[in-house]
Amino acid sequence: MSASFERGYNLLKEMIDAPIASYLSSCVRCGMCASACLFFTETNDPKYTPIHKIEPLRKVWRREYTLTGKLASWLGLAKPLSDEDLADWQELLYDSCTLCGRCTMVCPVGNDIAYMVRKSREGMAIAGHAPAGVVAATKRTIEIGSPMGVRLPAVKVQISHVEQETGLEVPLDQEGAEYMVLLSSMEIINFPEYLSALARIFHQAGKSWTICSEAFEATNSGIQIGVGDLAREIVMRVVEGAEKLKVKTVISPECGHAFTALRWDGPNLIGRPYTFKVQHILEVLDELRLAGKLKTEGFEAGRLTYHDPCQIARRGGVVEQPRNLLKMVAQDFVEMSDAGTMNWCCGGGGGVSANPDAEAIRLLAFKRKKAQLDELGPVTLVTACANCRIILEEGLEHYQMDVPVVGLTETIAAHLVESPHFSPPLPNPLPHTRRPDGLGTRVGEGTNALSPLGRELERGLAGEGEKP
Amino acid sequence: MSDMALLIWARGNGFQLALGIFLLGMVLRAFEIFSLGRKPDLSAARENSPGSGWRTVWSRSIPHASTWQRTPATIVLGYVFHLGFFITLVLFIPHIQIAHSILGISWPGLPTPLVDATALISIVALLGVIVHRLRDPVRRFLSGFEDYFTAVLTLLPLLTGYLAFHHQLLPYTLMLAVHILSVELLLVFMPFTKLAHFATLFVARWYNGDLAAHKGVAS
Repeated sequence: MSASFERGYNLLKEMIDAPIASYLSSCVRCGMCASACLFFTETNDPKYTPIHKIEPLRKVWRREYTLTGKLASWLGLAKPLSDEDLADWQELLYDSCTLCGRCTMVCPVGNDIAYMVRKSREGMAIAGHAPAGVVAATKRTIEIGSPMGVRLPAVKVQISHVEQETGLEVPLDQEGAEYMVLLSSMEIINFPEYLSALARIFHQAGKSWTICSEAFEATNSGIQIGVGDLAREIVMRVVEGAEKLKVKTVISPECGHAFTALRWDGPNLIGRPYTFKVQHILEVLDELRLAGKLKTEGFEAGRLTYHDPCQIARRGGVVEQPRNLLKMVAQDFVEMSDAGTMNWCCGGGGGVSANPDAEAIRLLAFKRKKAQLDELGPVTLVTACANCRIILEEGLEHYQMDVPVVGLTETIAAHLVESPHFSPPLPNPLPHTRRPDGLGTRVGEGTNALSPLGRELERGLAGEGEKP
Repeated sequence: MSDMALLIWARGNGFQLALGIFLLGMVLRAFEIFSLGRKPDLSAARENSPGSGWRTVWSRSIPHASTWQRTPATIVLGYVFHLGFFITLVLFIPHIQIAHSILGISWPGLPTPLVDATALISIVALLGVIVHRLRDPVRRFLSGFEDYFTAVLTLLPLLTGYLAFHHQLLPYTLMLAVHILSVELLLVFMPFTKLAHFATLFVARWYNGDLAAHKGVAS
């Protein structure tokens, strides 16, 4: 038995708690979870049945925590878990699971399968069976500060771009601000309109806010890969930043897993409750709306629909807020089938988007989203997760579908009743492509395609200048 | 051993032995689950949550609309079998009389012809469950020895009870003894196989609902 396998086995053993024991005691192998999983519905391959994905964990549970399992292994009737099993299961636990949690909603005996996949990944990662793409993204987060290698200079370039565009200050390291805003790498590089929208919304609402130079990145790939220690380190940066700046609320950006990591896993990772509040940007915007501090005018021209990011809706409890907000600016808002808590995943959550091994199956699974959208006819797709957004854009491009994808915060900001000094947004300086590591960026394939600001941003990405 | 002696043993010592193993086994299963505990959740819970552990214990009995469309056979066969089994077990007057003799409590039963029909429907549904398990790619893929073994263990009491009631196949006394023995076999294996779900599913549902409640999300 190799040392890494032994560590993995022991960690799997450690992960099993009373809820997991009750789940595994209850599973009747009915297979209904398969029908809830887009990796099964779009392939019809039984190996993608969610409960099958946690078979390694089940083997450990039987052998370690049940009388019958102990007896069977003593009699040599049960094959123990092996390193080969874990290697075989990498595809199932990482490439074909986005931790979307739909299976958790349909299981008739009430098993939280996504919870068990998340726990299984802890053992997989430590045993050396996590996909290289996600490992690299996590390494970049620890060493550089973000999974896409974004450093502070790149953020500063984006800040000055937004300040020029809006004529408003983007506060950096302002102590005592009400809100501390986090960004996902994807928003820094791909969707700077998010930051611009926030500057304008907070200006209108008269709220104080800041970006923290030591903790601007919200993405936590430690959660996706399943390494608690790394996830803790990444969360701790945000906690230290927020406590240093004495902010009241930390705002998780339009990113699904960042919210799960920060809002739900964070306090458990660091072993104490926070001294500040964590809210998703949609919760903040809806509160501003209720307080009458979010004033909009006019409506979107076409039909809008909303893609619920799994970690924000089903696993995060933010379901009504985006609908309240969209109704402010949309006269023709339509829901997809299964919208809300039962929405289908974009296919790229849970680290799948950062995992090149998963690309083919992810595009296949996108047929589910395609079917949902096809039912609606011409529509603009609004969402509130930058990762969903890039995955949706890719899937739509792959299937040659003409569906524009926009972020919710920027959609609201486009309708703000603003003071006259505001100038219209400038086009994004970066053309839109993907990086070879599987993470979408707008950094051009050739620097010729870049504007001066784009080149400046890319230098920031490459780490020239100061470190965070 | 004569048929009568077998019946007497099955109703007496046999039943006590099976019940003892069942009860001890269930206590062990509960210990296996609850002794693992769970860490307190340090994240701030949402208020006014649509999710709830207790509500999920019951609400999970109703499948989502999209699940209905995707796996109608699993749901219909499962529902019919479980309801039929429950009605036959709990509302058949001779069964109520046994409960009365052991526990001292009784409740109104259903007319015997109705229970007779229900038992037959339940048998057919359970056979359907087994066939579906053998034929459907997902269910066949997931199934191992335990899945078929427990299905047969569950079928036996229904089938032998039905045959005893209709005086078929074996002399009545022997068939009744076989029926009671099959129930005892079921009791003995229940805590140690997936059949334990009859009790543990309420624990699983509660935990699932409780996790959802904490996050303020429906379950």
